[in-house]
Amino acid sequence: MSFRIIVLAKQVPDTRNVGKDAMKADGTVNRSVLPAIFNPEDLNALEMALRIKDQRRDCEVIVLTMGPFRAAEIIREAMYRGADRGYLITDRKFAGSDTLATSYALSLAVKKLEPYHLVLSGRQAIDGDTAQVGPQTAEKLHLPQITYVEEVKEVTEKHIIVKRRLERGVETVKSPLPAMITVHGSAAACRQRVSKLLMKYKHARTVTELQNETKDYTELYDQRPYLQLQEWSVDDLNADVSMLGLSGSPTKVKKIDNVVFVHKDSKKLTASDEDIDGLMKELINSHVIG
Amino acid sequence: MNNIFVYCELTEEKTIADVSLELLSKGRRLATELGVKLEAVVIGSDLKNIEEQIFPFGADVVHVADDKRLFPYTTLPHSAIVLNIFGQEKPEIALFGATSIGRDLAPRIASALRCGLTADCTSLEIGDHFENKTQTEYKNLLYQIRPAFGGNIIATIINTETRPQMATVREGVMKKEVYDPKYKGKVKKVDAAAILKDEDLVVEIIDRQMEASKINIKNAQVIIAGGYGVGSRENFRLLYDLADVLGAQVGASRAAVDAGFSEHERQIGQTGITVRPKLYIACGISGAVQHRAGMDQSAQIISINTDPNAPINQIADYTIIGSVSEVIPKMIKYYKSNSK
Ligand SMILES: Cc1cc2nc3c(=O)[nH]c(=O)nc-3n(C[C@H](O)[C@H](O)[C@H](O)COP(=O)(O)OP(=O)(O)OC[C@H]3O[C@@H](n4cnc5c(N)ncnc54)[C@H](O)[C@@H]3O)c2cc1C
Ligand SMILES: Nc1ncnc2c1ncn2[C@@H]1O[C@H](COP(=O)(O)O)[C@@H](O)[C@H]1O
Repeated sequence: MSFRIIVLAKQVPDTRNVGKDAMKADGTVNRSVLPAIFNPEDLNALEMALRIKDQRRDCEVIVLTMGPFRAAEIIREAMYRGADRGYLITDRKFAGSDTLATSYALSLAVKKLEPYHLVLSGRQAIDGDTAQVGPQTAEKLHLPQITYVEEVKEVTEKHIIVKRRLERGVETVKSPLPAMITVHGSAAACRQRVSKLLMKYKHARTVTELQNETKDYTELYDQRPYLQLQEWSVDDLNADVSMLGLSGSPTKVKKIDNVVFVHKDSKKLTASDEDIDGLMKELINSHVIG
Repeated sequence: MNNIFVYCELTEEKTIADVSLELLSKGRRLATELGVKLEAVVIGSDLKNIEEQIFPFGADVVHVADDKRLFPYTTLPHSAIVLNIFGQEKPEIALFGATSIGRDLAPRIASALRCGLTADCTSLEIGDHFENKTQTEYKNLLYQIRPAFGGNIIATIINTETRPQMATVREGVMKKEVYDPKYKGKVKKVDAAAILKDEDLVVEIIDRQMEASKINIKNAQVIIAGGYGVGSRENFRLLYDLADVLGAQVGASRAAVDAGFSEHERQIGQTGITVRPKLYIACGISGAVQHRAGMDQSAQIISINTDPNAPINQIADYTIIGSVSEVIPKMIKYYKSNSK
């Protein structure tokens, strides 16, 4: 039996550099100008999986992502870097899922891939910074969880030893397998795409993506079935619909408020010597500094 | 209505962590408003008299699980104990610190109880809700308030059906306030040995290296915070130079941390630290709502920004329109020449 690692990876809007142009006049973010990226810590998780694969002959790395059709990009991106295959969990009925409903869907998908040894996720996704999906998926699968992992020290068929990064230090922890691990951003950065793999997988598509292609891929796909990326729907997962989407999400948004600034009467200064000199005098005289 | 529970975290020195005392303070106010009791949960080992640290913050009941297998924290035993207590007591509200421990434990509990959890709340309030779809009126819900992704937006999250209503809150967001130094509640001992099963004890800590935090910006009187506009890690040196001169600490926005200009421990905002200094100098920071959530209670704010329309300018007492690399050396120069 091969050593199976499942990596949970999410496509997120790039919130890191929400520059001025990303803001609409009403102060909300213009999502359409934000590029969709591989959640940064999920790339760390992918790298951790690939390093285990580097050490073992018999290891396979499978990527699971839940999202809209275009999230298939995550699977291809992971395959360009060394993942073996991936599944896109996609269905209208997943829309509006909070972390609890998301982890329910992900846990069903993980179960479909039994027997596995490790499930890896990022610590948190930058669109919400909640860091909840990892531990919640672990609970649903009744797995021990090790959060904020920075490095794998040792891994066998039966156990794993890892180093965790905490607020005030580090901890080395041993857990039996299978286990769920969430990976911290301080772990090794992900390797770049491998050009050989890029060539091999660049035509990989999901069924939905194929429908929108003008080119006929039938012959290519008959020869290379691995190019066919799998999509899983609610039915494929045998999911209880009441536990998905809005109905499966106990957190509800009651309201959204635009923040109204209480404009302060701020003093406008320039970078001139007079202005800065004057400012420092004022601050010193009023004992704010000094 | 049932009671409010706060999971109390232990420090390395076996004192109750500040973030938990802050949550107890908030929990006390909420409990009084709702007319319910405030209960605390402490899980660890050698916890003799631990309740004495908790009662002054207004806890009516302290659940103590004392067992040598419960310190240092590991996920499964702590969640087994919390789930056991929650299973019996059925809390209305449960609050956790948004720390390494709280963010490991709270989602596990929420998943097991199939209830909602809101991370990194910046405010908690009590209020009603009318659900149009079902024409149902809900009284006295916990409003879990936090900035939402998407510009300057604040979202109010509620749980109408599931209990407990769960939230995590970062250190420094709520005020720590002693309720009554003589306040006394009840201690309820939890029989950890009866709850813990072998399968809860499978994860083993082999080694721990804990260090006291070197960075202490939480209590700094003056903070020089740098954003993406500082431009580089090298330019961040200027901020340290100014901080040295003023006896200040250096903070950062998330964009600056993500760009590698500064350490994560210095991040200020909703998902970083909350600060209330006498003076906050925001250098090259635009002032997104997630950042302001961590600093808008500063007594005085100076913004240094090349963009006159940067949102941060609207909450600043002084706005200097100019480049960080030009302004900061001048601040150092004129501080020195004027302070003699
Ligand atoms: C879930 C979530 C949680 C978040 N939590 C936090 C948090 O805790 N803390 C936080 O800070 N952010 C947080 N953010 C990110 C936040 O939304 C903003 O993206 C971030 O605060 C922007 O940082 P910035 O102001 O440094 O960068 P930018 O928005 O890029 O602003 C840079 C500023 O620098 C100015 N500038 C450029 N060059 C110069 C120069 N030479 N001199 C002077 N000024 C210059 C520009 O005019 C601009 O105003 C979070 C986001 C999400 C989605
Ligand atoms: N829709 C999703 N598809 C795949 N993985 C996800 C999804 N949402 C969350 N995750 C995983 O869970 C981690 C934590 O996410 P979050 O709780 O949203 O901060 C992420 O880093 C991912 O590894």
